Amino acid sequence: MADSQGPLWEVFVQKKAGQPFVHCGNLHAFDKEMALQNARDLYTRRGEGMALWVVLSSNIVSSSPEDMGSFFEPSNDKIYRHPTFYQIPDGIKHM
Amino acid sequence: METNFEARFEEKLAKNDVIEPKDWMPENYRKHLIRQISQHAHSEVVGMLPEGNWITRAPSLRAKLVLLAKVQDEGGHGLYLYTAAESLGISRDELLDALHTGKAKYSSIFNYPTLTWADIGAIGWLVDGAAIMNQVMLQRTSYGPYARAMVRICKEESFHQRQGYEVMTKLAFGTPEQKEMAQDALNRWWFPTLMMFGPPDAESPNSDNAIKWRIKRESNDQLRQRFVNQTVSQAEYLGLTVPDKNLKWNEAKQGYDFSEPNWAEFKAVIHGNGPCNKDRLEARNKAHNEGEWVRAAAAAYAQKINESIAA
Repeated sequence: MADSQGPLWEVFVQKKAGQPFVHCGNLHAFDKEMALQNARDLYTRRGEGMALWVVLSSNIVSSSPEDMGSFFEPSNDKIYRHPTFYQIPDGIKHM
Repeated sequence: METNFEARFEEKLAKNDVIEPKDWMPENYRKHLIRQISQHAHSEVVGMLPEGNWITRAPSLRAKLVLLAKVQDEGGHGLYLYTAAESLGISRDELLDALHTGKAKYSSIFNYPTLTWADIGAIGWLVDGAAIMNQVMLQRTSYGPYARAMVRICKEESFHQRQGYEVMTKLAFGTPEQKEMAQDALNRWWFPTLMMFGPPDAESPNSDNAIKWRIKRESNDQLRQRFVNQTVSQAEYLGLTVPDKNLKWNEAKQGYDFSEPNWAEFKAVIHGNGPCNKDRLEARNKAHNEGEWVRAAAAAYAQKINESIAA
C-alpha cells in the first residue's frame, strides 16, 4: 500500500552463510537502498543476520487460502515419494 | 456463502489454527484487531517520549548508551506493529492520523511524567515487566502477523526489564537519598502499572470477543494477579515497600490479595486528562510535522529515479 511512507517491502534475513533466507517482516521505504538500510536497522540490531534481501511486496505472488485444498492436493496421495514407502530387508545398513 | 466462510473461520479458531491476512475473517474481528494492534503500536511510539526525556541527562555514558538502545527498540516495536495492523487493510497514514488527532488511544501509563532517574528504572522494571506479561500471552494470539511481531518483541523486551531492575538495584543499595528516590518512583508507578492490564473483567467492554476469537487467552484480572505475584518478591529484594496496605499473601489462592487501582483516575487519563496527555500529543505532532520535509524529499527522489528508469 503506497502512502506518504513509500511502498511496502518484505524483508528476508540469512542468519549465517550457507543457510536459507527466511522471511522476518516488512517495512516501508521509498527506494531499494533505503529499504535495505531500514531493514538492517529494524531487523538486525542483535546479530540476527549476515545478509538481507528486500523485495517489493507488490512483486510477491502467493497462493490463496481458498484454493489451498485443490492446489496442494495432488501431492497428498503420492506416498511413494517418501522413503518410508519402501521396504528394505532386515540387516541392510547405511540406507 | 458468508456463513460457509464464517464456519470455516470458527473451525480454524477451534483447532488453534492461525488466521492470516488473506483468510476470510468477520468484519468485527478485523476491526477489533486494527484497534488493538494500532493502540499497541502507538503505545510503543509514545512510550519513547517519557524515556527520551532522560537520554541527555543519563547519569553515565553506559546508562546513556543503554537508554538510547532501548528507545530505539521501542521505535522498532512500533514499526513491527504498524505493518501488522496494515496487513488488515488500513494505511500507515490513517493510523498515524488517528494518533495525531487524538482519535486513537495508547497505553495510559505513558501519560505519567518521568520526574527522576529512578523513574527510568521503574519503567523498565514495572512497565516493561507488565508489558511482557501481556505480550508473552499475545505470542499465541490468533492473528499471524500480530503473533509474529510479538515473538520478536518479547525477545527484545527482556533486556528492557533487566536494565530497569539494574537501575533500581543501584539506587536501592546506594545512598539513603538514592534509595528514597527509588521508593518514590515505586510509589508513583505501582498503581498506574496495575492499570495497564485494563479494567476489571466485569467491566471490560472488549474482553468477551477478544477471548472468544483467541486474540487474548487470559483475562485482564488474571494477568494483573500474575504480575503482582511475580513482582512483590522483586521489590522485597530491593528493600522497597509496595505502596499498598492491603497487599497480603493469600495461602488459599496461592497469590497476593491487593487493592484495586483507582479506576476513576484510569478513566480520566484514558480520556485525555492525565498529567502529560497534552504534552505527549504535542510532541508527537511536532516530530511528525518536522519530519515532513524528509518524507517529501525521499518521495521526490524516488520519483526521479523511477522516471529515469522508465525513460
